[in-house]
Amino acid sequence: MNILNILEEIEKTDAEVYERISPRRKAMAQFYGFGKKVALASIPFALGTMFKKAYAQTASTDVEAVLQFALTLEYLEAEFYTKGVAAAGLVPAGAALAAITTIRDHENQHVAFLKTALMSLGKTPVSKPTFDFSAGNGSNTGPFANVFSNYDTFLAVAQTFEDTGVRAYKGQAPALIGSGGVLTAALNIHSVEARHAAHIRQMRKARGANVKPWITGQETGIGAIVQASYAGEELEDQAGIKIAGINGQMISVAAATEAFDEPLTKAQILAIVDPFIV
Amino acid sequence: MENLTKKDEQIILPKQDILTAPLQRRSFLRYAGAGAAGIALLAAGCKKDGMMIDDAAGVNLGSGDVGILNYAYALEQLEAAFYIKVASSFYSGITEAERSLLSDIRDHEIAHREFFKNALGSNAIPGLEVDFSMINFSSRDSVLGTAKAFEDLGVSAYNGAGVLIKDANYLTLAGKIVSVEARHAALIRDLISNGSFANSEVIDNNGLDKSRLPLEVLGIAAPFIKTKINANDLPKS
Repeated sequence: MNILNILEEIEKTDAEVYERISPRRKAMAQFYGFGKKVALASIPFALGTMFKKAYAQTASTDVEAVLQFALTLEYLEAEFYTKGVAAAGLVPAGAALAAITTIRDHENQHVAFLKTALMSLGKTPVSKPTFDFSAGNGSNTGPFANVFSNYDTFLAVAQTFEDTGVRAYKGQAPALIGSGGVLTAALNIHSVEARHAAHIRQMRKARGANVKPWITGQETGIGAIVQASYAGEELEDQAGIKIAGINGQMISVAAATEAFDEPLTKAQILAIVDPFIV
Repeated sequence: MENLTKKDEQIILPKQDILTAPLQRRSFLRYAGAGAAGIALLAAGCKKDGMMIDDAAGVNLGSGDVGILNYAYALEQLEAAFYIKVASSFYSGITEAERSLLSDIRDHEIAHREFFKNALGSNAIPGLEVDFSMINFSSRDSVLGTAKAFEDLGVSAYNGAGVLIKDANYLTLAGKIVSVEARHAALIRDLISNGSFANSEVIDNNGLDKSRLPLEVLGIAAPFIKTKINANDLPKS
């Protein structure tokens, strides 16, 4: 990938890219001058500056709101896994620690990516909230008080965060219609969260939890405390079409609910994560 | 002082002339980029060479959102056919846990396929003929390797199709399915090699999964689909 391809890629979703850039003569003149004098490594920075100027006034408030919301959730996940990996003796060394470290890295990358995306739109990323991973609203004595000392509690909270994250991105996708690359990026994060969820569920299964990589009905595999994160997953009909037994196929109700993950609204997500945010 | 100012203007003005000439903007940007970094050749070498499926005689997926739904229907037909074959005679040495997981996936893919068929109604493409001659269904490696390829491809296909969908309800439906495909992909990858659920083969340095446009996806899937598919009328953006 290089500048020319980046411009071509943007042109696919934003045919006006050249029109947006060209009136900013000064920025372009600077960019032009830059290129002659500076090394290749500086080009992405110059390009970012150029796009910031070109797009700053056109970023929709909807798109910004989605990105800020996503950033808040990614802060939550990133700090959760960062603390989990750092907690001595919590995650067993070997495959488990490697997997949790991989997930931690992805969540930190999502934070950095969303911050960059917001700044390139001329917006200021929201600050990281203070979190209480016991779900105690700052008391640190909530229902998951042993989250960083009990491995099973840690995995249960991880599963809930991942499954909830999948539902959050899914719910925001329609607000990004017409945003081109922002929608694609959100979808590309969405499926990563689903991969994480599947793996965490397998980790829990290996420790005796009754869960599959996919969500059956509205079963939490954890308990009523996280029920809100799974409410609605039991949906049996899609777009008015009954999935169980569809067209004479042997599709059970369980399989019908597993085959489709369900979205949640921003308000529903915020209510779910509220106990975790001080 | 006057001379210096004039000198500056002389340097800057020609650039502004290029910038203010609308028809030349694109060539300017290309020229600027190439001049800036000396990467004209790299640019050519870096271009994506997505396979073109340009057979006007094939099954036409259609245009607009219907075209995208038919595209998804085609991929789900492929996946469902594969897992039906897998589950009709499992590879030797399969564990009870694997049998159960692969049966679940088969059911999910059938549910997706039949959902699209009904949702599309009279706009649905016909059933596609598949070609699984390359797959050794008695071999765990062959079956799981193919499953991994299909699931990762499916995830990237839905991710890439998102921007092509106009209707919010269809976008949400695609979203409901793609995360299940991603769960499948992660599970299959872990069955092959535990911990590979989201490795660097599929996730980049920004923590992003892959997305692919329809022509690229259909090019990758083409060896497994006998029926010719015509994607010429699919939305391009």
